[in-house]
Amino acid sequence: MAVSESQVDELVPRQELKTLSPGKTKRTTFGIGLIKGLGITLRHMLTPAVTVQYPDESAPLPPRSRGIIALKEENCTVCMLCARECPDWCIYIEGHKEARESVGGKRAKKFNVLDRFAIDYALCMYCGICVEVCPYDALFWGQLDNYSEHDVTQLTHEMEQLNQWMYQVPPPEELEIGAMGPAVKPAAGPPAAGVEKEGA
Amino acid sequence: MADALGNGYVQLGLKMSVLLILLPATLVLGWVELKIGAHMQARLGPMYPGGFHGWAQTLADGIKFVLKENIIPRNADRSVFALVPYVTMLGAALIFVVIPAGRNLVIEDLEVGVFYVLAASSVGVIGILMAGWSSANKYSLMGALRAAAQLIAYELPLVLAAAAVAMMAGSLSLVDIVEAQKSIEIAGFYIPFLPFQIVGFIIFLTAATAELTRPPFDMPVAEAELITGAFTEYTGIRFAFSLFAAEYISMIGLAAFGATLFLGGYAPPHSALEFIPGIVWLLLKTLTILFLLIWVRWTYPRLREDQLQKFAWKFLIPLSLVNIFATGALKLTPWI
Repeated sequence: MAVSESQVDELVPRQELKTLSPGKTKRTTFGIGLIKGLGITLRHMLTPAVTVQYPDESAPLPPRSRGIIALKEENCTVCMLCARECPDWCIYIEGHKEARESVGGKRAKKFNVLDRFAIDYALCMYCGICVEVCPYDALFWGQLDNYSEHDVTQLTHEMEQLNQWMYQVPPPEELEIGAMGPAVKPAAGPPAAGVEKEGA
Repeated sequence: MADALGNGYVQLGLKMSVLLILLPATLVLGWVELKIGAHMQARLGPMYPGGFHGWAQTLADGIKFVLKENIIPRNADRSVFALVPYVTMLGAALIFVVIPAGRNLVIEDLEVGVFYVLAASSVGVIGILMAGWSSANKYSLMGALRAAAQLIAYELPLVLAAAAVAMMAGSLSLVDIVEAQKSIEIAGFYIPFLPFQIVGFIIFLTAATAELTRPPFDMPVAEAELITGAFTEYTGIRFAFSLFAAEYISMIGLAAFGATLFLGGYAPPHSALEFIPGIVWLLLKTLTILFLLIWVRWTYPRLREDQLQKFAWKFLIPLSLVNIFATGALKLTPWI
């Protein structure tokens, strides 16, 4: 979120800076501080508590919170970049190659098919390198604060669960005012039927 | 009503009921303190036990204490060690003998009531000293000696503050003190001694806090330094009784004593409210002082032992002497 100049002023109150000049300690009457302290505790008692009763209710997570890593399965090309970059090697990917039938004498095109994609959350340290490194936007940070299990082996979550967690992924944040949007490249080939070309 | 009170069995039942009420009252007061303290720190405190705002938290704590093993250290003086809970509880519970809940609703209207309460409330310190000596533990001994040193500091201001009230009333009997407060009447409103003895009230509260070894004067039981002082070696129900029950019962007792001395005890604030029983007014006033004690506890940090000594001897005692002098001058003015 953008921080405007007026907000910066609020963060550092100018007047307070002036009164905090060194060498000047204000002598107050004996006992004033004691009464002030009583006032503070009384004020806190009368204002509502800030506690969130966690298992019963959960506080709204900040938009960039690192809860779980969700997989958008159809975007994954089994390139293995995430698994290779992962510092603790907690991503397990298996896949195989398939070939489309050759059309009109052309060479049959080969492509990867994802068989298994699992993340061991017992090992994951939530560094987010996999999300950063994914070239096809298949991995996302999702918001979830409670996915504990009774057994450590159950913390390895398979593709189905990772796919489900796509529902926990918040929509992308609004761009800041004046920011340039991502450069949209037109697709290399002719667009698929029914899909309008954007930004061209 | 008056006939029923004259019946010896009814009187005995009422007197016994005070004891029966005291133990549950400590649980309630403990819970109230947990909740008030939590909210003063913008927390919620216990929320789960019992369902409604954790009302059964202290009850669960009490049951836990009962179920725990009673351990007596090998080198401890066994008989003295085991006697401590009785002594501390006795000192705490004896205060209630003279607290009047009505004109005739008092266990014993002693003529030396004020003196009796001040003496009885100091019995608990003997228990702390016994615990410290018998535990064969340096922390316990340290805590006990601190408690004894603290006694020297707070006892005199407490006595002098109470003495000023006795001067106002012209009697040491607590019933007479309340009746004296009822005799000051302006347009039906009973004026307690508080406006005349506001300095004495503050001195009383400060000294009572030190007497109860509650923060900011909890040096004898300082958890961070002495691991609950004299009660380090205590476990199970002995710990619960010698520390928690004794502290909360003497807290209620001293609060009721303060309410009687300064806030008019069982006297209603207005003569039109006489139909509400005096025990309700006494409870309300006691709760007010209890809240003050809890409020102070959750506001201030712990002092050092020497700071309390300096504060008591160089400030509280001279102030209470001036207060007594002013009270004497007040008594000599013709319009009171």
